[in-house]
This record gives sequence, structure tokens and C-alpha cells, in this order.
Amino acid sequence: MLLKLVLRNTFRHRLRTLLTVAGMCVAILAFALLRTVVSAWYAGVEASSANRLITRNSISLVFPLPLSYRDKIRQMDGVSKVSYGNWFGGYYVDRKNFFANFAVEPESYLSLYPEYQLPAEQKTAFFRDRKSCVAGRKLARRFGWKVGDNITLTGTIFPGKWDFVLRAIYRGRDDTIDENQFFLHWDYINESLKKTTPRRADQVGFYIVGIAAPELAAKIAETIDRTFKNSRAETLTETEKAFQMSFVSMSEAIITAIRLISFVVIIIILVVVANTMVMSVRERTGEFAIFKTLGFGGLYLAGLILAESLLISGLGGAVGIALTFPAARTFAAAVGNWFPVFNVEALTIYLAVAGALTVGIVAAVIPIWRVIGLRVVEGLGRIE
Amino acid sequence: MNERNSPLVQIKDLNKSYRRGNQIIPVLDNIALDISEGDFLALMGPSGSGKSTLLNLIAGLDRVDRGTINIDGIEITSLSETRLAEWRATNVGFIFQFYNLIPVLTALENVELPLLLSGLSRKERRRHAVLALELVSLQDRMDHYPRQLSGGQQQRVAIARAVVTDPTILVADEPTGDLDRNSAEEVLQLMDRLSGDLGKTVIMVTHDPRAAKKARTMRYLDKGVLADAPEISPKEYL
Repeated sequence: MLLKLVLRNTFRHRLRTLLTVAGMCVAILAFALLRTVVSAWYAGVEASSANRLITRNSISLVFPLPLSYRDKIRQMDGVSKVSYGNWFGGYYVDRKNFFANFAVEPESYLSLYPEYQLPAEQKTAFFRDRKSCVAGRKLARRFGWKVGDNITLTGTIFPGKWDFVLRAIYRGRDDTIDENQFFLHWDYINESLKKTTPRRADQVGFYIVGIAAPELAAKIAETIDRTFKNSRAETLTETEKAFQMSFVSMSEAIITAIRLISFVVIIIILVVVANTMVMSVRERTGEFAIFKTLGFGGLYLAGLILAESLLISGLGGAVGIALTFPAARTFAAAVGNWFPVFNVEALTIYLAVAGALTVGIVAAVIPIWRVIGLRVVEGLGRIE
Repeated sequence: MNERNSPLVQIKDLNKSYRRGNQIIPVLDNIALDISEGDFLALMGPSGSGKSTLLNLIAGLDRVDRGTINIDGIEITSLSETRLAEWRATNVGFIFQFYNLIPVLTALENVELPLLLSGLSRKERRRHAVLALELVSLQDRMDHYPRQLSGGQQQRVAIARAVVTDPTILVADEPTGDLDRNSAEEVLQLMDRLSGDLGKTVIMVTHDPRAAKKARTMRYLDKGVLADAPEISPKEYL
């Protein structure tokens, strides 16, 4: 009967309750989406491997490093593999078709990134054809590319029209891997540069250094940078995670603001639900006095109020969480260029559930406090 | 009804006042009152005389400033709030002027409500509630919500709720104040039956001399002082 009482009281003012539930739903949805945006920002960091180091020019990523460093790095203790590449910076048909594209040394690069999974025959075809390229599954789907298609990119860093044949489409090992990237042969670009602008040839934007064990990272990084100290291109070597973080930290203020807003949304809805609960309980002061008259104690009444509050916040929270997944898919489709990995994390859902429960509990505090302190005769309005 | 030598309700030197801002307003002054078991007592008096306050104190809804109230051997003035609530749940049945039923519960559920604290099984609670509704002849209105019942029917549901726990005393505050003459008569007859046939001790506050005439004992409160009821004809009240 108490459950019935809670249900009937909760929906006594249907419109008010439904509006509050709708508000709660929107708040939880907004909270989860904002948290997912933050997670998406860190996707590259999260996907980093502890077994990879990135070496770049110590002045800036814009400045290249000589290709000759490759062999020196490869000979260092603890280094298992070395690959290299350049940010190609091309676009497809129109400038607005932005996606990440890199000129890399294919075999060493893919062996350092086993999370990019290609069918064996496609991989072989990619290795064999210098004018070939590889696209991520989502990127290929976005432009309707199929293996064997001819793709022309317009270079921005390396001017001109560049023709490629799509030889492979990779899949991510799991859903944290970016499937919106495009890889082409570094050699193809380099050979062209040798003819057009020889001073830019044999230069790489970064080295990817595979190491035997994560605990060797600091020592190897230090060795690499010491080796090239006082050279014409000094290096800065860091873990892949730190390298990715350096991009994220450029937007740290925005990310912090988004994080703050996600919690402000919860605080706002807390005030709304608390207001609903205060109004609902105040309207029923006389009824709570009746309960007390009949012998129901404060804890009993606190339980009834808490159950109503949790029902409202729980309903709103559940619908909000359920809507988060289709909303995130729609959001990802709209802004996939900027957030190649846009997944709703389990932690986000746990936080949303915790947020909804917290709202339900905290919103009930004031009405519970008032009802516990209510004097029966005052509640009944019977003081003569 | 058990035979007892001492009165069921013994009130001694009872004083009560209220504070409004800095002002202290005395409401009851040295009240002494004994009520026998099975009595049907009517407390009368003009508005502001303190009769509802006295009823609240007897029912354990409010605290005395000074004095004692002993009911069936328990000095309720010394009980903690929690113990007092437990005592009310098992010893007092309440009947209010405006029925005070819970609007989202049916007649049966309203009557069953006080039994939630009794430890009875759901089935047993249902059985007791049905019996109580049969006692007030509302067994055919069990699934009706208060808004679907007339004032007289709502008050009968309230009476069923008051007796369902088989309390020691029934307190009624203007039980006919919101009813038409016929409904009021039905309710008074029912209360008379509860006292006369079932031996319940009923304490009723009323302005209505016709209602008071149904009681076996009448006491009169004026300005917080208790006196025997004067001989007043109904016309003087109307």
C-alpha cells in the first residue's frame, strides 16, 4: 500500500511531475553528452600505447627532422622498431571535408599500430603499391569509398593534386580506435619532393619509436634527445600519451568549462526537483499531520518523501540515460570530423546514475526536515 | 467492558498556554477531569475556550505546560515523542470535523492505513478494515475514493479508521460540524453505538447542543476553566 501511496502522490499533479521528470531527463541527457564530449577529447590520449614514444623537433611540430635520425634511433638500446611520418594535411574535393591524413612508412608504421586491423591481402596490396592509401572504415563510409577506388587529395602543406588508389580499409581493434584516418606512402610524397622542392625531401615530421618495455620510456627518451642535442634539429621525445596530451592541454580551459557546465546542469535540476518536492510536501502538510496523528513516525514519513523524490529523479534519469545513446550517435554523425571517437563511456553512465540519485536524495532533504519538525496540531490547523 | 475502580482518564492540574511573539496566551487553567471507561463525554464551550486544545492534550497530540494526564495507567505527559506516537497508534482513534481522509487512498485503504503500524499481515489488515467498514455500513463503498463519497459517508469512513485498531479512547473534534442534519444524526448514532454497545470511551468536542445531548456526560469549558455544563437550550446555540 505504501508503494501505491508513493505512486499516487507522485502523480497527483501530473503536469507538474511530468515537467519535472522532463527537466530531469534533459539535464541528465545534457550531462551525459557533455561528459562524452570531454571523453572524446581525450580519446587519442586514452588510445595511446605505453610502448610507443614520439620524437619531434624540439622547437615545434611544424619543423621537420632529418630522415637520417631513423637509423641512429633504431640502434639505441631498448628500441624495438622505428617508424616515421608527416602530417599530410590534404583535403578531399572541398576544404570542409576535413580528416586526419598522414604520410607514413607503411610496414613499420602498421607494425607499431596493431590496433589498426587490415585484411592480410589488402595490407599486402597497400605495401606493394606506392601510390596506394588506406582509409579507416568510418572515413570510407563517409565518402562512399570502396577498395580499388581512385581518390584525389588536394595538398595544403604539399601543394598540388595527389592521386591515390584505395587498397585497404582498416577497422579499429575496439571502439576507442579512430576509424577516420587516412594513410599514404611517405616515399610517394618524398620522391615527388625530390623533383619539385629538393630542400624539403628526406625530412620527416615525427618518429614513432617502439620500445621493448614501458619502464624504459624515460631512459630511451632521454638518450634520443641527448644524442641529437646541439644538432641542427634538436629533438623532443615523449611518450605517445604525453604527446597526445600536449594537444588536449591546448584546449584545457574549454574542457574544464565543459566539465563545470556538466555539473552546473545537475545543480540546476537539483534546484528544480527540490522546488517541486517542497511545493508538493507543503501542499500536503495537513496529510502529513494526519499520518503523525495516526502514529506514523518521522522516519516513516521521511521514507515516503524520499521515495517520491527518487521516483521523479529516477524516472527522469532513466529516460535521460536511455536517450543519451541515440543522441550521442546523432551528435557523432554531425561532428564526426572533430570527434572521430565519440562513445558513451560506462563511467559517464555511472556518473549520470549517481547524479540522478544524488538529486533525488538532496531534493528531499528540506521537505523531510520540515515534515519531521512539523507539530501535529499546527499541521492540522487546530490550535484554538 | 472490564470493570475498573479508577477512571480511565485522569487529568490533574493541567495548564497550557501558547506563545504568540512575546505574548503568552493562557489556554487551559488548572484543569482536573476524570473520565470513566465507556463514557461518552461531550466537551462544550464557546470558540477559543480551549476545548480542542484539551482534546489534543488528551489524545497526545500536544504537550502540557504543567500537570499530568493518565490514561489507562499510562502517564502520557511523560512519554517521549516516539513513545507518544506509538501510544497514539494503539490507544487513540481520531475523528475530525473535516474527516481528514487521505484523498489518494480508497475508503478501504484509508481504514487500513493505521494498521500498517500494527504488524498484522496484509490479509489480516484487509479483514480488519472490511469489518470496520461493515460496522459503519459502508462495505459497498470500499473502493471509492473520498471525493466519490458524501460528507456523511466520508465521516463514517473516518469513524471506521478510528475504530479499526480497537483503541482505548475515541476523540472526536466537531464530528458533525461539516454535516447536514441527517448525516450528523447518523454519525451521532454511530458514536452512541460505539460507546453504548461496544464500550468505547468517546470524548467529543462540539458546539452543537443536539450532538452534546447524545453524550452521557457533558462538561463545559469557558476561558480555559472547566465547569459543569449549564442548562442551555438548543435555541440559545442556534
